[in-house]
Amino acid sequence: MIAPAKPDLVTVNIDGQEIAVPKGTNVIEAARLVNVDVPHYCYHPKLSVVGNCRMCLIEMGMPAVDPATKAPIMDPATGKQKINWIPRPQIGCGTNVSPGLHVKTISPMVKDAREGVMEFLLINHPLDCPICDQAGECKLQEQATGYGRGYSRFVEQKNVKPKRTQLGPRVTLDDERCILCSRCIRFSKEIAKDDVLGFVDRGSYSTLTCYPGKKLENNYSLNTVDICPVGALTSTDFRFKMRVWFLKQTNVIDTESSVGANTVVWSREGTIYRITPRRNDEVNDTWLADSARVLYKAVKAADRLAATETIEALVARAAALFKSTPGAIAIVGSARSTVEEQFFTRHLATALKASAHLVSRVGQGDKLLISADRNPNVRGALVTGLIKTLPAQQLTDLAAQIDAGKIKAVVAINEDLAAAGLTAAQLAKVSIVYLGAHANATSAAAKVVFPTLTVFEKSGTFVNQQFRIQKTLKAVPAAAGATDDLVVLAQLVAAAGGAALPAELGSLWKVIAAEVPALATMTFANLPETGLVLDATPYAALPFVEGETLHYKPAQPAVAAATA
Amino acid sequence: MFDFYFEIPLVIRLILQGLAVIMVIFPIAGACSMAERKVAAWIQDRPGPNRATVPWVAWIPFLGKFLQRLGVFHVMADGGKMMFKEDSLPGHVNKFYFVLAPIVAMVPALTTVVAVPFGAYFDAAGKLIPLGLAPLDIGMLAVFAVSSLGVYSAILAGWASNSKYPFLGSVRASAQLISYELSMTLAVLPVFLWVNAPGTEGTMGFARVVEFQSQPGFLGGMWFGFLMPISAFIFLVALFAETNRQPFDTVESESDLVGSFHTEYGAFKWGLFFVAEYSHMIVGSGVFMLLFGGGWNPLPWVSLATAVDFLGTFLPFAHAPLFVGILSIAIFMGKVLAMIFFFMWVRWTLPRFRYDQVMKIGWQKLLPLSIANLLFYAIAIALIQK
Amino acid sequence: MAVITVERKPLTFLERTYLPQIAGGLKTTFKHLIAPKKTLEYPEQRPAIPVGYRGVPTLVKDPNGREKCVSCQLCEFVCPPKAIRITPGEIPADQADRAHVEKGPQAFDIDMLRCIYCGLCQEVCPEEAIFLQNQFSMSGYTRAEMVNHKDRLYELGGTLPDAHHKWDKKKTAEEHGNAH
Repeated sequence: MIAPAKPDLVTVNIDGQEIAVPKGTNVIEAARLVNVDVPHYCYHPKLSVVGNCRMCLIEMGMPAVDPATKAPIMDPATGKQKINWIPRPQIGCGTNVSPGLHVKTISPMVKDAREGVMEFLLINHPLDCPICDQAGECKLQEQATGYGRGYSRFVEQKNVKPKRTQLGPRVTLDDERCILCSRCIRFSKEIAKDDVLGFVDRGSYSTLTCYPGKKLENNYSLNTVDICPVGALTSTDFRFKMRVWFLKQTNVIDTESSVGANTVVWSREGTIYRITPRRNDEVNDTWLADSARVLYKAVKAADRLAATETIEALVARAAALFKSTPGAIAIVGSARSTVEEQFFTRHLATALKASAHLVSRVGQGDKLLISADRNPNVRGALVTGLIKTLPAQQLTDLAAQIDAGKIKAVVAINEDLAAAGLTAAQLAKVSIVYLGAHANATSAAAKVVFPTLTVFEKSGTFVNQQFRIQKTLKAVPAAAGATDDLVVLAQLVAAAGGAALPAELGSLWKVIAAEVPALATMTFANLPETGLVLDATPYAALPFVEGETLHYKPAQPAVAAATA
Repeated sequence: MFDFYFEIPLVIRLILQGLAVIMVIFPIAGACSMAERKVAAWIQDRPGPNRATVPWVAWIPFLGKFLQRLGVFHVMADGGKMMFKEDSLPGHVNKFYFVLAPIVAMVPALTTVVAVPFGAYFDAAGKLIPLGLAPLDIGMLAVFAVSSLGVYSAILAGWASNSKYPFLGSVRASAQLISYELSMTLAVLPVFLWVNAPGTEGTMGFARVVEFQSQPGFLGGMWFGFLMPISAFIFLVALFAETNRQPFDTVESESDLVGSFHTEYGAFKWGLFFVAEYSHMIVGSGVFMLLFGGGWNPLPWVSLATAVDFLGTFLPFAHAPLFVGILSIAIFMGKVLAMIFFFMWVRWTLPRFRYDQVMKIGWQKLLPLSIANLLFYAIAIALIQK
Repeated sequence: MAVITVERKPLTFLERTYLPQIAGGLKTTFKHLIAPKKTLEYPEQRPAIPVGYRGVPTLVKDPNGREKCVSCQLCEFVCPPKAIRITPGEIPADQADRAHVEKGPQAFDIDMLRCIYCGLCQEVCPEEAIFLQNQFSMSGYTRAEMVNHKDRLYELGGTLPDAHHKWDKKKTAEEHGNAH
C-alpha cells in the first residue's frame, strides 16, 4: 500500500497525512511539508543536528510485518496494516524518514514529553521577558504558550550566571537565559569557520563562553543572535532599542556586494532599527554579514543631502546646463543603482548623446556572503545595456577627455567622481549634475545637486552575481527634501529631449519588458521573493572578478583581484 | 410731614412716581431671574449660583457670605454682562423691526403697571385712597388692552429674524396668546358683575374690587378666590399661558424651537425680552392678587383697616398714612412675590404641554368652562342681588 | 406563550382633571425645595475616590524610591489610542542599586489628549509600575502641556507598596551566587 512514488522519494505518514519526501529528510522538515509544526530549539535546517534540546519529541512507528514471512500484519479492527509504535518518544530532528514511517506529533505522550522538557528548560530561566530583547520572537515564549505549565514547581534558588557579557564587539550574552542549544557554537564552527564558542562546566552550571583570549568578532557574529532561539545572545546595536512587535518588516536586498543577500529591514514610523537575513536557499541561506546590518545608518546620516529648491527648478537648471554643452556631456552611472535606474541612465545617455561610464569596486571576497565585486548591480547594467564591458575602477578615460576639453559637463549618479580618480582640478573644469543621497566632494563641486534616496527608501531590482534578479522594497518613507532617483531621472530624460518614461514601477516595467529582451517576460509585481535567474550566456566571456561564495562558483577562474 | 411732596407740580410728581415704580420693577425682574435659578437649584437639590462676590461685601462677616451664597452678585454680573456684551445684529434680519421688537415687548409690559394699584392708605376722613400711578376707572380693561399688545413684539421679532425657528415660535406665540385671552377675560367677568351691583357706580377699577373683599361679615371678607374658585383657576391657568410660563411655554420650547422668537437675539435686546416677560409676570400676579387674593388685605376676613386698628393698640404711629401705605405695599408685594414663586415652583414641577395640547386645553376645555362659569355666576349674582 | 391583556383602569373624573396629580407633583418638588442639598461643591469639597478608580495614568516607584518601569513597552503596545510613547534605554553598570535591572525608560510620555483612561496599561504591566490612580482632573493651556513626561508621571504616581520585591530578590541571589 505504501510504496515510494519515485526512487528518491519515500512516503511517510505524519498525523495521518501521507507525503512523499526526499530521502534523508528528517521528521521536522517532513512535517513542515504537511504544515505540521514540530517545536524545536537546537535544530536548525542549515546546521548539523545534535538533538540536545529534546523539544522535538515525537511518537513514531513502522508498519508491522511478520518476522518470518515478511507478510504485512493486518489490524482486524481497521482493516489496515498494523503499526508497531515505539513505546518511547523519539527526537524529530535526529530521525530521518524511512519508507512507511508513521509519526504522531500530537499524541498525549508527545504533549506530556514536551511539557516535561519545557518545565526543565524553564527552571533556571530568569523569566525576565519584560527586559529581554528576544521577547516577541522568542521560541521559549512561543512554546510556553503551548506546553508551559503556567506556574513553577521549582522552589529552589535559580542559577545565577553572568549577564551582560560582551562576547565580541557586536554580541552581548546573557548566560542565564541560555538553554544550551549550541546553535551558536555549531554556526561558528560550521559556517563562520571561527570556532570560538563553547560550553564550560557541567549540569545546570553549563555556561556558554568564548575561548579564553578570543572574541566572537568575525563578520558573521550577529548570525548567532539571529539563530539563538532565546534571548541569550543579543545584538549590542539593537539591544534595548525597540520591541520587535512594533517593527514593520520589509524585504530588501543587501547592496554590500554582488552576492545580493536577502534581508528584512525592521522599521517603525520611518526609523530603521535593524536588518536581519531573509532565508533564500539559493543565495544566502539564512545568513547575513554583520557589515550588511549597519547599512541602515546611512538613512539618518548627518551628511544626507536635502533640496533647498523644488525639483522643477533643479531640473530646469540641469536642462539649461545640458543645452549649453551639447555633445560634450558624459554620464557616470552607478553599479549601485537599481536596474530601473540604470535603464533610465541608459535613456539619459541616449538622449544626451553622451558616453556612459561606470565605476567598479573590488575588494576581498570572504568566500561566504561578501564577494570580491562590491557593486551590487554590475550585471544589471549589462542586462539593461547601459554598458557592454565591465567597468574600470578609475575613470581614466573620462579624466583624459576632461583634460582634453572634450567633456564640459558630467552627470554623476550615485558616484563620487573624486573617489573614482578625478582630481579637484578636473572636477572644477566641468559642470557637474549630481544625483545622490549623501554629500561628498562631487556634490560639493556640482552645479546642480539632486538629493536622492538610499536603497531603504525606494523599491527596485538588483541583478546579483548569479544573474539572479531580485527585488528590494521601500522600507521607510523618503527623507525630507530627497526625491526618488526614478522621478529625478525621468524628468532629466524628458528635459534632455528623451522619451517620456513613467517613474512608477508597475508602468515602468512594461517599458523595460518591451525594450530589454532579457527581461521581456517579467513584471515587477510577479518577480518571486527568491528572485529569477536570467540567462548569463551572453556575458560568459566577460572576466567577472568574483571568487567562490556560498552559493556561487565562478564559471572561469577568478581574475586575481583586478588591478589592486 | 410729607406735605411738601403734594406741593410739587403734578407732572413732576407723576414722573417721580413713574420712575420709582420702574426702579422697583426692573430690579424685581432682575431678581426674578436669579430667583428662578435659585428655585430651580433648590428644587433639584442643588445650592444654585453662589460664587460671584465683591471684595468689600465679602469681608462683612456672615452677611457677605450669606449674600454670596444667595447669588446676589450673580445678578449684577449677569446685568453687567448683558450691558457690555457685543450687541450683535445678524446680517440676514430686517434691521428696523428686529430692533423695534424688544422695545415693543418692553412698552406694554411696563405700561400696564400704570393701571395696577399696589397699596392704599387712609386719608384724614378714614377714606381708603389706593396707591397707584393712575387710579383708572377702567383698570382691568386697560390691563387687558395694553398687555395683549405684547404679542406684537413676538410676531415682529419672529418675522424680522428671517429664520425658521423664530418664525415658527412667533406664530405659536400669537396663536397661544389669542386663545387664552378669551378665557381670561371671561373668567374675570363674574368678579366685576359682583362688584358692579345694581345701583352702584359702575367701575372696572381694581381698588373697588379690593374694597369689596375688605367688607365685614363672612361673605364680605371672603376673597374672590374662595368665592369664585373656578374663575380664579381659569384666570390662573390663562395667566400661565399668557406669560408663556411652563407648562405653557411651547413658544420657547428649546427642544424643538431652539430659542423661539428670540433665537437671533443677544445681549441687551435679548435682555429686554427677558425683563418684559418678568414684568408681565409681576403685573399678572398683581392683577390676580387684586382680583382673587384680597389685594393689600393681609388675610381673608382681615382687612387692612382691621389690621391697622389692631396694630394701633400697641404702635402709636400705626394710623399714620405713610405707615399704612408702606404696610399695604409690603403686604401686596409679598403676595405678588409669593405668586411669582408659585410660577417658578410650577415650572420645575410640570412638564411642558405639547402644542396641540395647549390649543386643545385653551379652546375645548378652558373656554367652555369659563362660559359655563360666567353663566352660573351671572344667574347666581342676579338672584342674590335682586 | 399566552398573551395576557390587562385592562387599563378607567380614570376617575378627578384624575382626568389632573389636578390631584399636579398637587402631588407640587408637594414632591416642595419637599425637595426644603430638603438638604446633595451637591458637592467641587473645588473646596472633593469626592471620595473609590478603590479601583481609573484616573490619570501614573508611574510609581518602589518602596526604596527606585523606578519600577523597565520599559518593556507592553503598555505602549496595548494602549488603544496610542497615547503612550516610550524610549527604552540601558541602565549604566555604574548605577549600583539599579544596574542589575539593565533596562529602564529614557523617556516615557503619555499624551493625555489621547488617553481614554481604559486602564489596559495598568493591567498589562508586568512590573506593576503604571497605575491609574485617583487623579481625575488634568488640564492645560497647550497641547504640549497635556503630555505627561516621565518626571511628571513619577511626581503624580509617588510610591506604592510592593508585594514582590522581584528585583531586590534577584540582586540578593546575584550577590550570594551559586554554591558552585
